[in-house]
Amino acid sequence: MQPEETAQVQQVSLLTIFLVFLKVGAFTIGGGYAMLPVIQREVVHRKKWLDQSVFLDSLIVTQSIPGPLALNNAIIIGQRLRGFSGGLIAALGVITPPILVILAVASFLFPYFRHNIYVQAVFYGLRPAVVALITAAALNLARELLRGWGSAILTAVLLAASLLFEIHPIAIMLGGGLIGLVIFWKWKV
Amino acid sequence: MLLLSLYWTFTKIGLFTIGGGYAMIPLMEAEMINRSGWLTAAEFLDIVAVAEMTPGPVAVNAATFIGYRLAGVPGSLLATLGVITPSLVILLLLGRFLMGVIQNPRSERFFKGLRPALIALILTAAFSLGQEALVDLATILIFAGLLLLSLVRRVNPLYLIGLGALLGLILYPY
Repeated sequence: MQPEETAQVQQVSLLTIFLVFLKVGAFTIGGGYAMLPVIQREVVHRKKWLDQSVFLDSLIVTQSIPGPLALNNAIIIGQRLRGFSGGLIAALGVITPPILVILAVASFLFPYFRHNIYVQAVFYGLRPAVVALITAAALNLARELLRGWGSAILTAVLLAASLLFEIHPIAIMLGGGLIGLVIFWKWKV
Repeated sequence: MLLLSLYWTFTKIGLFTIGGGYAMIPLMEAEMINRSGWLTAAEFLDIVAVAEMTPGPVAVNAATFIGYRLAGVPGSLLATLGVITPSLVILLLLGRFLMGVIQNPRSERFFKGLRPALIALILTAAFSLGQEALVDLATILIFAGLLLLSLVRRVNPLYLIGLGALLGLILYPY
């Protein structure tokens, strides 16, 4: 397996990058936290494009910038391998399968089966399930991220504000950030 | 105009989805249901459920689906393009400059204040969507049971979705 060893110094082809991320996009269900381990398996263990520590560093950037996690991670890795075009092609790879699947569901399956009684029964159960997932996401975030009473009080205040008044989410986010800028600096709570 | 407005709306959603998919829920709710009246809460919940069950990033799936519902194939492509634009611009064009900004201590304090905001917003979205989804005793039980499972056992969301579908089939008032 001589060529395998030299593969690392050779430039990875754009087509290979596209195909790897196409596979990630096609076979991982459940969003970011399900997709990141699959990306890791492909690029660290199978293709050996990055070592483990570089991948972990990429996760920090992935989580600290806006956008879907799996997409961010794909762009970072593609860009590392082949610069601008690598990043672009990785993004294209990861979004192509979902676009095709969703178009098939939205244009054919969904309108066709929507009024079927059993499909309605499924969605009757899916709606509370989705609300449970959303609630759990918030509570798990709170469990992980809220350290110190400053953050806890800020959460309570912002929750009251967004429940009682119709404030746009972006305003709440910017408000929270600006309050954080002041209170975590002045009182170090 | 609808196409442009779809693109711009989803760009905003992509830009403020920080720390993973669930951050987009309150934004999508505000933009799709409250502000534009593009979707009902029940339709939105159905789309999120389908987005969870199909392969790919949930935000991309939801954008494609909503875009298609509102403006066909061109709508789905523009909505998807919108939701990925901020990631592409930030990582491919602003990369180094932005990393400096993110690692600045002031930005860290800003992000520390952003997290409570995210938690508050996601809870608010759960509350308002819950009023649409929890319509009788059976749906309240499905919600409570799955929430408990998720908090205590950290069950994979996909299994919870599957369980919700199964319970719906069993408990639906036919």
